[in-house]
Amino acid sequence: MSVGISIRNAFKKFGENVIIPDLSLDVQKGEFFTLLGPSGCGKTTLLRMIAGFNTIDGGEFYFDDRMINDLNPAKRNIGMVFQNYAIFPHMSVRKNVEFGLTNRNMSKTEIRQRAERFLDLMQIGELADRMPNSLSGGQQQRVALARALCIEPDVLLMDEPLSNLDAKLRVEMRTVIKHIQQTIGITTIYVTHDQEEAMAVSDRIAVMNKGVIQHVGTPKNIYQRPANTFVATFIGRSNLLEGELTMKDGLPHLKFANYEAAIPNVKEEFKTPQKIVISIRPEELVVSRRSQEGFKAVIEDSVFLGLNTHYFIRLENGTQVESVTESTIESIIEPGTEVSLTVKTEKVNLFTADGTVNILEGVQNDVISSTKAGGRAQKRLAVG
Amino acid sequence: MGAKRRFDMWTVVSLTLLGLFALFLLYPLWGLLRQSVLNAQGEFTLEYFQRFFSYRYYTITIVNSLKVSAAITLVTLILGIPISYFYSFYQLKGAKVLFVVSLLCAMSAPFIGAYSWILLLGRQGVITKFLGDYLGINIGSIYGFGGILFVQSLKLFPLVFIYMNGAFKDIDNSLLEASANMGIVGVRRLFRVILQLTMPTILAASLVVFMRAFADFGTPLLIGEGYRTFPVEIYNQYLGEHGQDYRFAAAISVLAVIMTTAVFLLQKWATSRYDFSISAMNPVEKKKPTGIGGVLMHLYSYILVGIAFLPQAYIVYLSFRNSSGAVFLPGFSLDNYRMAANRLLGRSINNTVFLGLGALAVIVVVAMIIAYLVVRRSNVLNNTIDTLSMIPYVMPGSVIGIALVIAFSNRPFALTGTAAIMMIAWVIRRMPYTIRSATATLQLVPLSVEEAATSLGASKPKTFARITVPMMRNGILSGAILSWITIVTELSSAIILYNNRTITLTMSTYVAISRGNDGLAAAFAAITTAVTAISIIIYLAVSKTEDVQI
Ligand SMILES: Nc1ncnc2c1ncn2[C@@H]1O[C@H](COP(=O)(O)OP(=O)(O)OP(=O)(O)O)[C@@H](O)[C@H]1O
Ligand SMILES: [Mg+2]
Repeated sequence: MSVGISIRNAFKKFGENVIIPDLSLDVQKGEFFTLLGPSGCGKTTLLRMIAGFNTIDGGEFYFDDRMINDLNPAKRNIGMVFQNYAIFPHMSVRKNVEFGLTNRNMSKTEIRQRAERFLDLMQIGELADRMPNSLSGGQQQRVALARALCIEPDVLLMDEPLSNLDAKLRVEMRTVIKHIQQTIGITTIYVTHDQEEAMAVSDRIAVMNKGVIQHVGTPKNIYQRPANTFVATFIGRSNLLEGELTMKDGLPHLKFANYEAAIPNVKEEFKTPQKIVISIRPEELVVSRRSQEGFKAVIEDSVFLGLNTHYFIRLENGTQVESVTESTIESIIEPGTEVSLTVKTEKVNLFTADGTVNILEGVQNDVISSTKAGGRAQKRLAVG
Repeated sequence: MGAKRRFDMWTVVSLTLLGLFALFLLYPLWGLLRQSVLNAQGEFTLEYFQRFFSYRYYTITIVNSLKVSAAITLVTLILGIPISYFYSFYQLKGAKVLFVVSLLCAMSAPFIGAYSWILLLGRQGVITKFLGDYLGINIGSIYGFGGILFVQSLKLFPLVFIYMNGAFKDIDNSLLEASANMGIVGVRRLFRVILQLTMPTILAASLVVFMRAFADFGTPLLIGEGYRTFPVEIYNQYLGEHGQDYRFAAAISVLAVIMTTAVFLLQKWATSRYDFSISAMNPVEKKKPTGIGGVLMHLYSYILVGIAFLPQAYIVYLSFRNSSGAVFLPGFSLDNYRMAANRLLGRSINNTVFLGLGALAVIVVVAMIIAYLVVRRSNVLNNTIDTLSMIPYVMPGSVIGIALVIAFSNRPFALTGTAAIMMIAWVIRRMPYTIRSATATLQLVPLSVEEAATSLGASKPKTFARITVPMMRNGILSGAILSWITIVTELSSAIILYNNRTITLTMSTYVAISRGNDGLAAAFAAITTAVTAISIIIYLAVSKTEDVQI
């Protein structure tokens, strides 16, 4: 029963503050889709527009081909899981789960059976007759999920459902959520702050900033081929360096200080000499003590973290960068040591000088630009 | 929710409520205002105000009321803050008893306490006589300024006590530890940190005490004698010895409304300057009181509460004494109660209970709706309703009584002398308690709980009935019991509106007192006190918390 969700040119303001200027998005049927972005970027606002708790000030929202802009929230058939669970404190666990069904034409026995099924699915059958305030956070979350899924909704919306749990339980519950979502195959929009969580559960992720979607793609693609410098620095960490793109023997090269390396996979239209931003993740920066190759730098500080060792390094032009290497049995490089740095060229990302476009091949960005949004939606097959 | 709002069920409800407030509150107040500026021929005049302000005989009542209210406020703070401090930061023995007894004193009918004090300390009072006859000590007069101050302070300090308990409980231990780290402890910490943190509550408590003292009618009526206060003057002008003068009474009432509103706004302004709220993640752990300090704390607390409780206990004791007219005779019997049974006791109880419960039902329903509208659908219309509902909270009861008489003595709304008008007075005067308490509870309920119900397909009425109301239940219940207790002890508006058919327990008590029939009065007072006490015990059992919202 799940549906695909299409949003076209959504617009939202609170008072005079425009929170979402113009947002278009497609979520495939049965997909686990995550909204990720810094605090205050409008994730909750967008989610609540879909649920019908925030008014839609402009644009169209579709479930499949049905426009839902003016549909009463009670009629949207949405399962919603809230950050604070929003369990009805005055009802037993069973009554909570049954609540949504009592709003439908169903017999008592049918209701009971259905609730039972979802209680068992969430493995809280034995808690059915307890009152919510005697449950732990993780158990309450399971009740909330059972309650939301019990009405067999078309769409499941979750706003930071795990943020009130401790770290270990978060990991456990995200596996539960992912598993249930796959079992039922329900279209899910998930909001989180936690990148690792997003990576772990999502089919696709949309990275948002200030109400604008920056990049929509698979976790792998977003991490490895971020669409712009915002995504590169927001997802994981990246050292940004100002460098140049040069052409040598018809091959594009990145040039930084005295260091040069061939980058064959630059998109055709960008194969001209220009200033660029080089984005290097800490693990893509290779530190060597003795090599003459690469660019010169000085180790400033180091942190040993067991599996990895972090180095904080000052370049000749004064910028500080960070590098992560697998810890070795040799001693850690002393602060003040001169080293030379090279980059793993197949992993590095290059952006135009203003940082807005990744000039490499392989970026998959399903963002629907506002000009295209009016016409036919850009289509892409669901992953996973 | 967003800016677009459709015209729905709740809009109709809001408009209906507004209509009701217009009819039963604004229209009477408007009538009061009209009466105060129109002469018998219906022409505009300011002569009543002029008359009031040109005689010191009248103006002195304002000065007196303000003076005595301010003094009472100060004394209650001085009495109440220490006991609350001991109670909140130390494990006092029998703390629960102290709390319950204080609450009982605070909630009892004011004039019953005053009456009992007269019997104890008045000219013929037992203590007065004992001290005079055996020890030759003259304790001076309990009548006048000193008497009002004494009686009211002892009655009202529990309000400060209860308010401050709530505030002290919200102080996070880490704040105290932090100030200790900076070397500020003991008395300096009390004044520089603790009392500063609780300033909003101190101001709120001061307002409540001031308002109660200012509007109090029963105490100065019985004990004020030559010290004439404003609410008593309103009543005297309305129905007094010098013949009825509605218009002049109306003019004085208008002045009373202006003054109480001014004090209310002043307090609001003062509170807004302390615009912070505190809540404790790790509340302060109560210490064991030790040594001489511990003994003194216990002494202070028990003596204070004991004295405050004395009049209640004494009146119950007296109700079982033999009596004849104004003298109590040796020996005990139920004669006073028998006599009461012949003097409308049954009718008084019936009226108090049934009219009271009727009014209470209306209060609960309306308060529930108003709380919902204010918290969940805050807009100009609903905030107006909220403000309107709070107006009577700061008004002397006699003013409301007079306004209702003026508004509803003629057709089309000839209600004077009916049970309905008593109930209307109770509803508008006593609803704010339930509204405050229901609102406070609903504010703690996250909106997402209702949204969850909606997303599960529940309609608006169903969400309200099955989710919102049950979650407000405790707040409504505890607010309702407070409304109920204040209805049971209501005197000032009832004295204007009652007649023989609608007589209540408090009115019967008052009638017996004013006729000098002390045995009978003691019986009625004891019954009123018993009803109050039982209600409070139910309240404490229901609310399961000591955060009493008075
Ligand atoms: N009811 C409201 N009235 C006014 N402004 C609001 C309202 N709700 C949200 N905002 C504003 O809209 C912006 C986006 O808020 P939103 O809650 O959607 O952010 P978010 O991405 O969910 O952030 P977080 O990760 O912190 O939950 C914020 O600047 C917020 O202050
Ligand atoms: Mg949010």
